[in-house]
Amino acid sequence: MPFIPHTDDEVEAMLGAIGAKKIDDLFDEIPRELLIKDLDGVPDALSEQEVTRMMRTRAARDRGARCFIGAGAYEHHIPAVVWDITTRGEFYSAYTPYQAEASQGTLQTIYEFQTMVTSLTGLDVSNASLYDGASALAEAALMAVRANRKSKSRRILLAAGVNQLYQKVATAIAGSQGLTFERLPLDVETGGSNLDALNDQDEPPVAVVIQQPSFLGVYEQVDAITDWAHANGALVIAIVNPTSLAVLKAPGKWGEAGADIACGEGQPLGVPLSSGGPYFGIMTCKEKIVRQMPGRIVGRTTDLDGNPGFTLTLQAREQHIRRSKATSNICTNQGLMVTAATIYMSLLGYEGLSRVAHTSQQQTEKLLGLLTAIDGVERVFSAPHFHEAVVRLDRPVGPVLESLAAQDILGGFDLSKAYPELGNALLICATETKIDDDLEAYAAALRDTMSATA
Amino acid sequence: MSELPGDLRYTNEHEWLRQEEDGTVTIGITDHAQSALGDLVYVELPEVGQEVESGGEMAVVESVKAASDVYGPISGEVVAVNEALADDPEKINADAYGDGWIVRMKPSGDDSETMDPDAYQVFLDELEE
Repeated sequence: MPFIPHTDDEVEAMLGAIGAKKIDDLFDEIPRELLIKDLDGVPDALSEQEVTRMMRTRAARDRGARCFIGAGAYEHHIPAVVWDITTRGEFYSAYTPYQAEASQGTLQTIYEFQTMVTSLTGLDVSNASLYDGASALAEAALMAVRANRKSKSRRILLAAGVNQLYQKVATAIAGSQGLTFERLPLDVETGGSNLDALNDQDEPPVAVVIQQPSFLGVYEQVDAITDWAHANGALVIAIVNPTSLAVLKAPGKWGEAGADIACGEGQPLGVPLSSGGPYFGIMTCKEKIVRQMPGRIVGRTTDLDGNPGFTLTLQAREQHIRRSKATSNICTNQGLMVTAATIYMSLLGYEGLSRVAHTSQQQTEKLLGLLTAIDGVERVFSAPHFHEAVVRLDRPVGPVLESLAAQDILGGFDLSKAYPELGNALLICATETKIDDDLEAYAAALRDTMSATA
Repeated sequence: MSELPGDLRYTNEHEWLRQEEDGTVTIGITDHAQSALGDLVYVELPEVGQEVESGGEMAVVESVKAASDVYGPISGEVVAVNEALADDPEKINADAYGDGWIVRMKPSGDDSETMDPDAYQVFLDELEE
């Protein structure tokens, strides 16, 4: 039975009512040259058995390579119980249910999640999550414009170490509303933003975005940038890696007044690397601008009998009430990922999370030492780093990474396209999942590669 | 239904206006409007100095069940806003024509289409029917 709700007769009647001949006419506004006639390269249908066999064969080719790539998504140990509980029938829905208050367990989980994320970021309120870190930045930028009505600017100033993909996504989402994104220059010595450029701003931006740790792994001077932004009437948006917050100063404590909004990629909290997703975005803010925050928010309340209960709150900002004037077209959250993250955080606690952070930082430091001991490999930045660091090779990075991959080592993220000013630069990452054996294996493989092709 | 103050003018968007002696105009929402919205939880106020156009968005009043725009009944410049509403939006519920005022404006022209209390009462009665 086809899952099509309308009969041919009904379709005919509806087309007749609006004066269209066929369904394709409804898509007339799409330029012809954009339409795809044939799906080249898409093979014929396969049976379930054939697909299973094909996928098994392909999965076997992965051979369990050791991954030293970070660049925005991080491999961490996920206790088995996290996904064991997350995939129980009671939780296994990606959606906040309709009649949300009928699902008190789901709402309580989200409420606990919000509590944990506000605690990590040092801010007052959290939403129930967004789609991913990049779109969370876009929403944070739009939110900052709504919240900072005193500023007439639509320019968002980014620290040098903001993930470039985040900037692209934010431009795609918020660019049509007139927001522009500009970047502070990189200080190629330290790896942080060049703060001298702050004095060259003709007109203050509406908001300043600081990623901490930066995309290049180093720590930005968050206090100085935050205070500069506030002194110039701009709001401060923090992009954070939640793991790092177990050991770093929370955005709510940056500078004199703290960041106004924090956002970031939640994936490191219990979500496996999985070809780019599904991941989830986090977002928290100061209470005074909560009405500009997009997305669902779960609040705690009491029912008629005085028992504690949970409810969706501040819904008047949302689409089903405010229609086109809603704060955002976000009307859902990443419920399943948030469930996993909540269980992950509650299992680890502050102590566990800070052990993950410390061990990851130490292993990266160790790896950096091992790799820079090799001829033709040097450390690039002087600023301290979290669990990623940049090394420069004496030759192009691409072929070296290919050679390492042939030895089952995914050696890092090639920076030469994103940051050409850094030369043959490679971003490496070691989390707590990489034991000393792994680091030595990487160093040995790189040493062989560098001497073989020198 | 409460008595409509006789010294005010009213609009069909359920706003009231009071001509002040210094030439400014104080604006709020009517008792009918606050009672239709229910308990207010938040009022988004304009900035002092902001230019408002007649019919343009001026403020937002939010109750637990709805958020509604308050449109400028006249054009002009906002010269004062009721800051007390930030912490206590329920002042509008308690005293719509007094402590619950929203903004004070310096009119830029005589472009208001307003009603006297009797005309507004007729307008309300017609809504009831």
